[in-house]
Amino acid sequence: MAIEIRPLEQFTIERLIPLHIGGVDVSYTNAAFLMTVAVVLITALIVLGTRKHALVPGRWQSLAEMSYEFVADMVETNVGHGGREFFPFVFTLFMFILFANFLGLIPYSYIVTGQIVVTFALAAVVFIGVTIVGIVKHGFHFLRLFVPQGVPAPLLVLLVPIELLSYCIRPFTLSIRLFANMLAGHTMLAIFGGFAASIGLLGIFPLGINILLVALEVLVAALQAYVFAILTCLYLSDAINLH
Amino acid sequence: MELAAAKMIGAGLACIALVGAGIGIGNVFSALINSVARNPAVQGQVQPFAFLGFALAEATGLFGLAIAFLILFVF
Repeated sequence: MAIEIRPLEQFTIERLIPLHIGGVDVSYTNAAFLMTVAVVLITALIVLGTRKHALVPGRWQSLAEMSYEFVADMVETNVGHGGREFFPFVFTLFMFILFANFLGLIPYSYIVTGQIVVTFALAAVVFIGVTIVGIVKHGFHFLRLFVPQGVPAPLLVLLVPIELLSYCIRPFTLSIRLFANMLAGHTMLAIFGGFAASIGLLGIFPLGINILLVALEVLVAALQAYVFAILTCLYLSDAINLH
Repeated sequence: MELAAAKMIGAGLACIALVGAGIGIGNVFSALINSVARNPAVQGQVQPFAFLGFALAEATGLFGLAIAFLILFVF
């Protein structure tokens, strides 16, 4: 009995409700379904969790408040006082990526952030938004971001293009970091799962490794959401405070 | 050389980038353990930086892995 191991099959997008409007394919896909589930769950946690307004919070209110405080603290520490107006954006980003990553770990589900177009959309919004914030706040002086202080002139000729390049590469590193982590993790889960299924009783060893990998993937899911959010805060801080 | 064989070799070579990831992650957590061993009170402040550093070091290695997948399945 030969079991064919196809680790990348889990990333295929399937149309749940085929829909074409004016020649454009706007079908409701499995990715869209899981994004909807993530948004519904986040809204339920925050809205229903804080419904009681208890002074001593119960379990759900505690969870909602902890997630709020975690992101609020991160924004205030890294962006400073001028970052308060960006808290809803960072909170949305953090919670969406966190829930999307966790929902992808459910067996037979779909990993939304394992599609480069999803992570690139999020990273592009961050990059374009942060650049616009910087230009609106500082005008032409925004370009001072690429000229570090106290650098002798000959070195500047080399340094400014490097700074510019590392700034423009941000949406790509931000998106590929999240995408590659999710892709690598879920591919490894599928490969070891394939081993466990295909070698009979000896499959208990790859199964053990798979269990440890799931634990690692839970950590990576939370960590990647945190890293995306904190890098957004750091980029905002760069644009608002210009250093 | 057949395209499929060349793809396999290219993907295998691209995975060498993960060596850097391993070394980098080891460095980050070695620094964390050293600093907490010298001054345990600072653990709460240093740990978020350690996790951020771990994720960034891992990301660089995974860029190489993404190239490997790109070579194998896109070209």
